[in-house]
Amino acid sequence: MDVVLVAILILVLSGITALALARRPRAATAFGAGGAVLGCAVGSVPTLRVLLGASPESLRAAWDAAHGAFWVEVDPLSSFFLLPVFGLSALAAVYGGNYLLAYRRQKSLGAPWFFFNLFVAGMTMVVIARTVVLFLVAWEVMSIAAYCLVTFEHERADVRKAGWVYLVATHLGVAFVFLAFVLLGRNAGSLEFEAFRTMPPLSAGWAGLIFLLAVIGFGAKAGFVPFHVWLPEAHPAAPSHVSALMSGVMIKMGLYGVLRLLTFLGPPAVWWGPTLACLGLLTGLVGIALALQQRDVKRVLAYSSIENMGLIGLGLGVGLWAWASQLPLVAALGFAAGLLHIWNHALMKGLMFFAAGSVLHATHSKDMEQLGGLMKRMPWTGGSMLVGAVAIAALPPLNGFVSEWLIYLGLLKCGLAASGGSSLPAFFGVGLLALIGSLAVVAFVRLTGIVLLGSPRSEAAGHAHESSPWMLGPMVLLVFLCLAAGVFPQTMIGWMSGALEQVLASEVWRDFVEREQSEAPLSLVGYVNAAALVAIAAGVLVLLAWSRRTAVSQAATWGCGYLMPTVRMQYTGGSFAEMIAEQLLPQFLRPRTDWQSPRGLFPAPGDFRSDSPDPVSERVYEPFFRRTAERFSRLRILQQGKLHVYLVYILLVVVIGLAWASVRTWWAVS
Amino acid sequence: MVAPLNNTVHVLVALALPPLLLGVIAKTKALFAGRVGPPVWQPYHDLIKLFLKGSVYSTTTTWVFRAGPVVGLVTAAMAALLVPLVDHSAPIPSFTGDLILLAYLLGLGRFFTAAAALDTGSAFEDMGAAREVTFSCLAEPAFFLGLVVLAKLSGSLELASMLGSSLASHWPTAGASLALVLLSWFIVLLAENCRIPFDDPNTHLELTMIHEVMVLDHSGPALGMILYGAALKLFVFAALIVRLAFPLTTGYTSLDWPLLVGALLLVAVAIGVVESTMARLRLTQIPVLLVAACLLSAFGVILLTR
Repeated sequence: MDVVLVAILILVLSGITALALARRPRAATAFGAGGAVLGCAVGSVPTLRVLLGASPESLRAAWDAAHGAFWVEVDPLSSFFLLPVFGLSALAAVYGGNYLLAYRRQKSLGAPWFFFNLFVAGMTMVVIARTVVLFLVAWEVMSIAAYCLVTFEHERADVRKAGWVYLVATHLGVAFVFLAFVLLGRNAGSLEFEAFRTMPPLSAGWAGLIFLLAVIGFGAKAGFVPFHVWLPEAHPAAPSHVSALMSGVMIKMGLYGVLRLLTFLGPPAVWWGPTLACLGLLTGLVGIALALQQRDVKRVLAYSSIENMGLIGLGLGVGLWAWASQLPLVAALGFAAGLLHIWNHALMKGLMFFAAGSVLHATHSKDMEQLGGLMKRMPWTGGSMLVGAVAIAALPPLNGFVSEWLIYLGLLKCGLAASGGSSLPAFFGVGLLALIGSLAVVAFVRLTGIVLLGSPRSEAAGHAHESSPWMLGPMVLLVFLCLAAGVFPQTMIGWMSGALEQVLASEVWRDFVEREQSEAPLSLVGYVNAAALVAIAAGVLVLLAWSRRTAVSQAATWGCGYLMPTVRMQYTGGSFAEMIAEQLLPQFLRPRTDWQSPRGLFPAPGDFRSDSPDPVSERVYEPFFRRTAERFSRLRILQQGKLHVYLVYILLVVVIGLAWASVRTWWAVS
Repeated sequence: MVAPLNNTVHVLVALALPPLLLGVIAKTKALFAGRVGPPVWQPYHDLIKLFLKGSVYSTTTTWVFRAGPVVGLVTAAMAALLVPLVDHSAPIPSFTGDLILLAYLLGLGRFFTAAAALDTGSAFEDMGAAREVTFSCLAEPAFFLGLVVLAKLSGSLELASMLGSSLASHWPTAGASLALVLLSWFIVLLAENCRIPFDDPNTHLELTMIHEVMVLDHSGPALGMILYGAALKLFVFAALIVRLAFPLTTGYTSLDWPLLVGALLLVAVAIGVVESTMARLRLTQIPVLLVAACLLSAFGVILLTR
């Protein structure tokens, strides 16, 4: 246990050192990034130990400030989340060290590294805290450090707005979390997690209320629709290594919260699972529908994160649903699917944001209509991004497919076990999941095709150079991990079985492991994935060998007889998604277009604009907050700016306070 | 017949038969048009010729362009080895959840074919890629809902038992559902393999094409791989239709195989008839037909669970 605290200490101290060295960018980077890597390496030792089956480690010390005790523990569920925290943070630190150096002439690098290390320490603390006060403090440290990282380029107005939206959203979310904990604490008579675990079972109504509060509060962090609006603002605004960490790990802290609370609430009610599953499906559909129309590369990835959180929510929802309907094996399947996707998403989204950052670094643009042809100029970045795209589109032979496959199995088995009409929701869920899956293929063919392939659409893209090995190394490692996780899914499930035993009842999970071959033969999927990899490699070799025997020549792309093709005639991201956006999507998800066609017989200028704002933010939150602000502005009458008026206020408050106190005393006496 | 022999026959049929389906379709269309048409073996000659030709690569392209045809062919071949042909397990043994693998393997092929098209930087090919991935968004749910019907009937998630001979016993009781799925899957077959009314493989105007325009720049062996891959994909869907429509077995596997080949050729003839008697739909009408396929499958599911 002490080792994790030492890791936190290393993170905080190295962060402070980096802050002190703010005037010397290279030294600040060395201490900041180096400290982060060291801290993560130290912290991962106990994490791996618990993950591989050692007993949980905990530390408890009396501490008045935290309402009782300073209580931290690394149990299997914590270690399940700690592994991506430490793993991805270390890679992000290595990557970010090089990435941020490009800013050394304009900005101090001390503060970003201070907040980065604090951010990692905060996430670590969230996962190991065992009292409410400690948890909430860590949660705030994590959220505020992330805010300071998001607003790194605070001279830009859009970045400031993104930071503001994030700050408001995260605090509205934490209000619900706070309420859930207060209700739990009221029932348990203590604010320690251990007391929540052993408290007498809650009545169905209270448990349901707490579950809802947790789904809303933690769902705001996890990016569930309609609480997702901060995510597509904040992720693109942050520096890319921070986006990777926020998308790969931080939003999963919301899921950690939900899972942790589930261990307190006991067996789920019948409606919990379907609620979470429907929310997951909605999140997945809205997320991917918006992802495939964005121009900004990092916004595409942010919306794809929303989609993936939806898939995880769907998996967990199926698990809860099956649990409540007494189908323990299916429940195990659903939870395994959700948890596996948490890890897989951390790998692939980390990879994608690193690759997007590398593109941004080389071309200074994240507008895909300005990119193109980067596969030739940045082969390593391009290759990594392509692998990440295949993984995140949930296609075999990579890891994303395995977890999506498990979610399908969970839904199908849920439907098969239910009788009559009650199986319909699960079955239609399968159809909707297929829709999400194929929309994801569109979104990521579009992303890779427009950004990496074809001809460069701008000067900057044409002159792009490959990034340094410091940035490529983490990407290549993640590519390798995505491949490995696709081929050895069984090992991954083995590592998370401790966490699953903790969330489910342990005998349920053991039962599932015994019957895994018939329930969900992961090893076979691994073999098929390996076979597909080998077959594709063999096919490529055969084609190459065969091409040597035949004549190969180079020529320009066939222009269908047109003599003067230009790069501007290529398809754009907008045109690639046009058909889906205009013909398949419901009205409120479509991009807004404004089009003035040229008039007259002779060539004349035309004008086309297209914009894909977030519909929820634009139609729900913005009007709501605008109206609220208008209402509150009526209170400005009170704010007169004259000293004597304020003195009257003070007098009034004192009089009311005294009156209140005397009434209470009088009440107590009589 | 014993399993190894069965598997050998499966591999032989799956790898050798597909081009013949293309030949039969072409012949059927020619007969409807009152022409003699190319011999049914013509696709084999085309493939051999293409594999012996040299190739021209665009200067814009990268390795993705060369990987596209390979991935398309490999995934289609794996799908063909996964799908059960007669009442026995396929060479890639059937396991719980292989139905999803089948669909997603074809998805991987689509991903790389489309990426290879985008690699050329030509607006025509990009357009084809966009259309291909767009239309499959609607074909996929229709296909999956059909699988749900079969899963519900057989109570299993293995293709071999979902499409096994037990399906024959469900036709009398759940015939309506199965007929709806059959119709829906036939529409999916036409859409996924770019046949009329979705796409015309023989059209001369690039603007109106879907699949053919996507592969404009491929030549020589790579084009051969694409052609062969497309034939394999057609074979996979035709095999699914055959298993769904004629799940009967004679009890003698040596008789089952010729029957299967005959049934597959019948499906090819059916496709030829549809192509000869229908016109291409307008591009904007295509989603409507695909939504109709989704609805057919969905009603199939509802009928089963009422």
